[in-house]
Amino acid sequence: MIKTVLTVDDSRTMRDMLRLSLVEAGFRVVQAEDGVHGLEVLRDETPDVIVTDINMPRMDGFGFIEAVRRDAAWRSTPVLVLTTEVDAEKKSRAKAAGATGWIVKPFDPVKLVDVIRRVAA
Amino acid sequence: MDPMAAIRETFFQECEEQLSELEGGLMRMETGETDQETVNAVFRAVHSIKGGAGAFGLEDLVRFAHVFETTLDQVRAGRLDPSASTMRLMLRASDALADLVRCAREGTMPDEAQTTSLAAALKALTNDGMAEGIGAEDDDDGLGDLNFLPLAVAVEQETMPDAGWVITFRPLAALYANANEAALLLREVGMLGPVSVTVDTSSLPDFGDLDPEGAYLTWTIMLQTDCDEAAIRAAFEFVEDDCDLVISRAADRPAEAGLVQVRPDEDAAGVVADVRVLDGDEAAPASSFADIPSDADVLAIIRKAQESVSAPHDDRPVAVGGGAVAPVAAQSRPEARGGTDGPASRSDSGAAVGATIRVDLDRVDRLIDLVGELVINEAMLSQRVMEAGLARASGVAAALDELEHLTREIQDSVMAIRAQPVRSVFQRMPRLVREVAAMTGKQVRLLTDGEGTEVDKTVIERIADPLTHMIRNAIDHGLEPTEARVAAGKPEEGVVKLTALHRSGRIVIEVADDGAGIDRERVKAKAIEKGLIAPDAQLNDEETDNLIFLPGFSTASTVSDISGRGVGMDVVRRSVQSLGGRISIASRPGAGSTFTLSLPLTLAVLDGMVVSVAGHTLIVPLSAIIETLQPQAATVHTLGMDARVVAMRGRYIPLVDVSVALGYRDAPLDADKSVALLVEGEGGVRAVLIVDAIQGQRQVVIKSLEANYRAVPGIAAATVMGDGRVALILDVDAIVSVTRTERLRGDGLRAEPTLSQAG
Repeated sequence: MIKTVLTVDDSRTMRDMLRLSLVEAGFRVVQAEDGVHGLEVLRDETPDVIVTDINMPRMDGFGFIEAVRRDAAWRSTPVLVLTTEVDAEKKSRAKAAGATGWIVKPFDPVKLVDVIRRVAA
Repeated sequence: MDPMAAIRETFFQECEEQLSELEGGLMRMETGETDQETVNAVFRAVHSIKGGAGAFGLEDLVRFAHVFETTLDQVRAGRLDPSASTMRLMLRASDALADLVRCAREGTMPDEAQTTSLAAALKALTNDGMAEGIGAEDDDDGLGDLNFLPLAVAVEQETMPDAGWVITFRPLAALYANANEAALLLREVGMLGPVSVTVDTSSLPDFGDLDPEGAYLTWTIMLQTDCDEAAIRAAFEFVEDDCDLVISRAADRPAEAGLVQVRPDEDAAGVVADVRVLDGDEAAPASSFADIPSDADVLAIIRKAQESVSAPHDDRPVAVGGGAVAPVAAQSRPEARGGTDGPASRSDSGAAVGATIRVDLDRVDRLIDLVGELVINEAMLSQRVMEAGLARASGVAAALDELEHLTREIQDSVMAIRAQPVRSVFQRMPRLVREVAAMTGKQVRLLTDGEGTEVDKTVIERIADPLTHMIRNAIDHGLEPTEARVAAGKPEEGVVKLTALHRSGRIVIEVADDGAGIDRERVKAKAIEKGLIAPDAQLNDEETDNLIFLPGFSTASTVSDISGRGVGMDVVRRSVQSLGGRISIASRPGAGSTFTLSLPLTLAVLDGMVVSVAGHTLIVPLSAIIETLQPQAATVHTLGMDARVVAMRGRYIPLVDVSVALGYRDAPLDADKSVALLVEGEGGVRAVLIVDAIQGQRQVVIKSLEANYRAVPGIAAATVMGDGRVALILDVDAIVSVTRTERLRGDGLRAEPTLSQAG
C-alpha cells in the first residue's frame, strides 16, 4: 500500500526537494507551509508519517508536534523533525514535544527515505 | 528541466525573497523595532538560506549563514543587544550573504576577505555579547553538522566469524508516547543480521493494573553480525533516552542456557529470526520466519505476549504501540476527522495564495507588439471609413467605436501584464547607500516612499542605473561631511529620500537630500573653466543648476571612488531622455537638492494630439497639454527682436512656433491665424505652442526614432499613422525650453547650452 507522508516546511525549496525525493521513493506526499497549515491539512489527510521543520512562521515545529500529539487520532503517528539543528537542547525539546525522530538537514534522499521507513509501520 | 535544476532555481528565487525579507527586517530593527516577530522573521530568513544552501552543497554560503544565524540567535534569545553598531554590522552581513548567494548562483568566487572579516566580526559580537561564553560551540564552524548523517555508518571491521551481540532492550513509556515502536526497532536490528529475539513478560502486571500507556516488556536480542556497536546503537538512535539499552558481545556474556538460542543463518533468504517468548522459566518457540520480520510477524510476537498474560485481543495491549494500535487508530480517524469540512473545501487551502503563471518575457513582448499593430490597424480602418464618407451615425462607425474601445482595453490589459511595482529597484538602494556611506564616511539614512507604484517592466529595468547614480551623487556631493553638518547645525545623519508616485500618466521619481545644495558659484566657475559657458554669461539660478548636466562637467575637484567612474550627470540625463523621460533639479543653498525624474509608464504607447505643422503631421503628447486655444492678436506681445509672449490670465507665457522651432518655416505664423496649445514641461515651465491645425486625438504606438533613424532634437519618437505614414512625436520639454524662436536644429543647441539643457 502506498504510504502518505505529510511534510511541513516554510521553504519552497525544501518542500520541492522533499516532494521530489519522497515521490521518487514511492510515497504519496501532501505538504503544508507551516504548523497552522499542517494542522489544517490533517483535517483531511491521514498521513502515515509526518516530517516537520522547526523554524516556521505562525506555528513552529515544536508547537505543531505538541498540537498533533494532543489529538488522540495522531498519538501513534510518527513525526520526524527535519532540522539543521544538531543542538542537543533543541533535540530534547523536540522529543519532549513528542517527536519520534529527526532528520538532519541537508538530507540525503536515500537516508531520508530510510529514516521514514524506520519509523513507518 | 532536470528536477534538481528546477529546485535549485526555486532555491535562488527563494533566496532573493529571503534576502529582501532579511534586509527589510534588519532595517526595521535598526529603527528600534526589535519585537519578537521581526527578529524571528530575520532569523528564519538566514536559517532558510542556510538550509537550502546545505542541500546544494554550497559550503561558503552555509558557513557564513551559520555564523550569521548564531549571532541572530543570540539577539533572539535576548543575550545580544541590537545596538546601532550591531545592526550596521548585521546589515553589512546581509549584503555579504546576498553576495554569496549571487556567487553561488553564478558560480563565481565570492570576496573571501570580506566574508571572512565579517564572519569574524559577527563571531566577536557573540563572544562580547555573552557573559558566560558558549564554550565548545564556539569552535563549531557550522560544517560539523553538515557531515552529520541520520544514520551512523558502520565502520568496517575485521571479519569476526563468531561475532555476535546480545542486546537487552527495555522500552520506557516515553518511547511509545513519541510514536516509536519496539516492533519496528526489532525489525531494524533484524536488518543487521540474523536475530533471535526473546521477550520477557514477567513484569506485566495483572490486566486490571495494566496502564495502557505503560511499558512492561524487556526484549533480548541475539544478533549475528559483523557490524560494530555503533551500527546497532544507530538503530536505537531515536529512542536512546527512552529505553534501557545494554549492548554487549555475546562472547562476553555467558549464555543463559535454556533461555536463549542463537541459530546461525542456514536459510537462503539470509536473515533468520528466531523469536521465543519467555514466560517465567518456560521457553517456547513462538514463531520462526525468514527475511525481515514483517508487521504481521511482529504482531504475532505481541499476540503471543498477550496470550501469555491472557490479555484480551481487542484492547490496547501492553503499550507496544502502533503495530497493534494502528488498526484501532485508523478506525477512529473517520469519525474524528470526517466532520465539518469536506475534503474539497480544505485541500486547496495552501494553493490559494496568489495563483500565478510564469511566462517567457518574449511572449509578452510579442503580444505587446501585436497589440501595437492592432492599434495602428484600428486607426487605419477608422481613417478609411472616414474617407469613404460614411456618416458618423452609421452602423459601421458605431462598430468602429466599439472596436476602438476593445482595442484600448486589450492594450491596457496587456500593458498591465508587464506592470511591476518599483519596489524591485528601490530595494537595491539601501545597500548602495550603506556602501557609499561607508566609503565617504558619512552617516546616511535612506527613506523610501511609494515603492508600490507600478510601472512597465521595460521602464523599471532602465531606471536602476540613473537612480543608482543619482543616489550616489546625493551622498557623495549632496550631503556635507559630518563635521560640516554639525557646524551648520544639522543632525549628523544626512537623509536621502527616494520617492515614487504617479502624476498625470507618468511616473515621477524624486531623489532628495538634505545636504548643502548646489554651490552655484563653484558650478559656474567650473563651467567657465571648462569653456562650457562664456565668462560673462548671465545665468539665473535654474540655468546655473542645469549646468551640471553638461557633458564633461564634474564638480568634484578630485576624482573620487564613488562618482569618478566616468559617468556624469550628462549620461544620466541622456539615459533618462532615451526613456522618454526628463530630469530636473531644484536646489536650495544649505537645504539640499531634489532631482526629479519624470518617466512614461510604458515605452510602448502614448496618448497624443495629432496636429499639422507646415504640411507635416506631428503628435504632441497629451500628458503635456493643458488646453488648446485660439490666441487673439491683441494678447500677443513681442519682446525684443523676435521673442513673443501671450498674455493669459494675468501672466505672460512664451510663444513657440513649432514650425520655426523644427525648421519647417523661416518666419513664424501670425498667432491669430493658427491654433495654440498651452503645454507644461518639466518643472511646471509653461509655453504656448503654435501649430497650423489640430486633427484629433489618438493613441499612438511609439517607435523609437533613435533605433530606426537617429536622434533628432525636438523630436521624442515616431509613430505610424492610420494611413501608414510616419509621424513624429514632439519632445515638448525640448520645445518649451526654447522660449525664444531659434531653431532647435543645427548649431542652435550648442550655441545656447544653458537653454537647451534646461529641460
